[in-house]
Amino acid sequence: MAGFLQNTFNGLVSGAFYALLALGLAVIFGMLRVVNFAHGTFYMLGAFGAYVLLAEAGLPFWYALFLVPLALGLAGMVLERTLIHRLTNLDPLYNFLLTFGLALILQDLVKWRYGIQSTPYSTPESLNGTVDFGLFTFPGYRVFVFAFAILTCVAVWWVLARTRIGMVVRAATERPALTSALGINVGRWITPVFGFGVALAALAGVLAAPMRAVNPLMGADLIIVVFAVVVIGGLGSIFGSVAAGFGIGLVQAWGEAYASNWPIVAQIAVFVVMAAVLLWRPAGLFGREEASA
Amino acid sequence: MRFGMKLRMKWVVGVAGLAVALYLPFGLYPAVAVDMLCWALFAVAIDLLLGYTGLLSFGHAAFWGTSAYVTGLIAINAGVPFPVAVLGGAVGAAILAVPVGYLAVKRTGIYFAMVTLAFAQMVYYVANEWRSVTRGENGLQGVPRTLFGLDLSDEFFFYYAALPIVLIGLFLAWRIVHSPFGRVLVAIRDNPARARALGYSVQRYKLVVFVLSAFLAGLGGGLFAMAHEFVALDVLHWTTSGKAVIIVVLGGIGTLWGGVLGAGLIVRLEDWLGFAGFEQVGLVTGTIFVLAVLLFRRGIWGTLAALRPVSRPSSPDPQTIDTSRRPSGTMVG
Repeated sequence: MAGFLQNTFNGLVSGAFYALLALGLAVIFGMLRVVNFAHGTFYMLGAFGAYVLLAEAGLPFWYALFLVPLALGLAGMVLERTLIHRLTNLDPLYNFLLTFGLALILQDLVKWRYGIQSTPYSTPESLNGTVDFGLFTFPGYRVFVFAFAILTCVAVWWVLARTRIGMVVRAATERPALTSALGINVGRWITPVFGFGVALAALAGVLAAPMRAVNPLMGADLIIVVFAVVVIGGLGSIFGSVAAGFGIGLVQAWGEAYASNWPIVAQIAVFVVMAAVLLWRPAGLFGREEASA
Repeated sequence: MRFGMKLRMKWVVGVAGLAVALYLPFGLYPAVAVDMLCWALFAVAIDLLLGYTGLLSFGHAAFWGTSAYVTGLIAINAGVPFPVAVLGGAVGAAILAVPVGYLAVKRTGIYFAMVTLAFAQMVYYVANEWRSVTRGENGLQGVPRTLFGLDLSDEFFFYYAALPIVLIGLFLAWRIVHSPFGRVLVAIRDNPARARALGYSVQRYKLVVFVLSAFLAGLGGGLFAMAHEFVALDVLHWTTSGKAVIIVVLGGIGTLWGGVLGAGLIVRLEDWLGFAGFEQVGLVTGTIFVLAVLLFRRGIWGTLAALRPVSRPSSPDPQTIDTSRRPSGTMVG
């Protein structure tokens, strides 16, 4: 029982990363109809940002947690204004291709500067201990990651569902023409929303730095799993993307624990789930049919 | 008269292309020339889906790579003439494409790209773990290329042995595009609802072209395994799919032959970068790609075709469709 709970908690922690990344993808997709291929690259840049702040400016984790998403979010806004914006009236596939090219460029730039070796990044001291849950204990940092991710997801949901800004963004997402007709400047929100989505990816990267190997390729394969996650959840649904993120984290952790002789089970579980969802509900578990066209 | 001129132009381009293909190993390292052939076939296979059916497959490395492994295994274990092994590999790729395509065509647009990418990654993970067959990171080594006792160890001669296979593959793609079947594909790309209303089973057509495209990509992948006498896991990685997509966009989406030009350019460029000792290939190809997507969406072939004096704006011929005037929803450069 204790073992099961421990595996479950591990799954929720890795699911937290999927959820944060899927949330950013879904927020951007909702507003811009763009699937950001460079999302995994921004996650990697987030982790590198934390590393660089510590190594070159001596700023610890807590500063990075705030500064790195802010900086990369601003960079994302610049990117939206200068490049992505130019392609918004074309087939969304062009922006998918554009962000793929950007991902290649950014990844190779980091590789060029820092090499492909993994860089260690130590856990902040205040979170070095363990948390005792009675049946089992858990590293404090992982508890923090889980709690922080949940808090972020709830905060995003609250902003979208309960505030005036969220109302405008939701309206602009669902009926852009009608929203404009009501006198709301829809275009004004596109750039900040893109920046915010990028900031979420960067935040996931900062959170990952102390737990995972920091290297230029850390986001490259991860983003493909996140793509599968949003296909499962339904990219048009914020809740679906987050729920699928945590769900896939759980499935992978259970696969790793109970099929440890067969590591392939945990690796391909997400794709098998995706295949099943495509058969059963092609629009995604929480997606609407119209999104599948 | 206009029709006659168009026809003559096609012959000139065709003969010139063949002449370049025959001359290539004299002007370049033969090994680089062979790579160009393989990637050209790969790019044309992707363009068949992207340019003529409106489906961006970002997971074609699954078929290219599967064929490379199957070809390598057949050649190592059966000792058959190399074209037979390549054919076996391509058939293997086509068989894999049936379930993948069946699931992927349930979605369109950006989702299709993500789903194909995800399934290809699954194939990559399986190959990585299935070491008894794929030899994991060591790869399949010593893939023999035999052809009725001919000595093909020299890349120069292998080029001419591989060229007919590539030409057959290209001819096949051309036949598909210019057949009634190909017309239906274009109709599906431009207006799926209308194609369905006319009684065409959209999903079945998409699945068939997906399998055909996988077969062509498989021919290229099998030859690639033969050319290098070695198969590594890279052939299945998503960066391989990405490189093929870059080639297609640079050459010109929906032009078929643009992929051949793009393959020549990208393979040459990468070879040159490698020779110059610059390792950040993605930085260079990525920059060229981003510029192409931003400023040059017709690609090289598309731009050249638009320069022809006999361009007909109302023609259904996909070579001359201008993206900038098209409504969103379809993707043709």
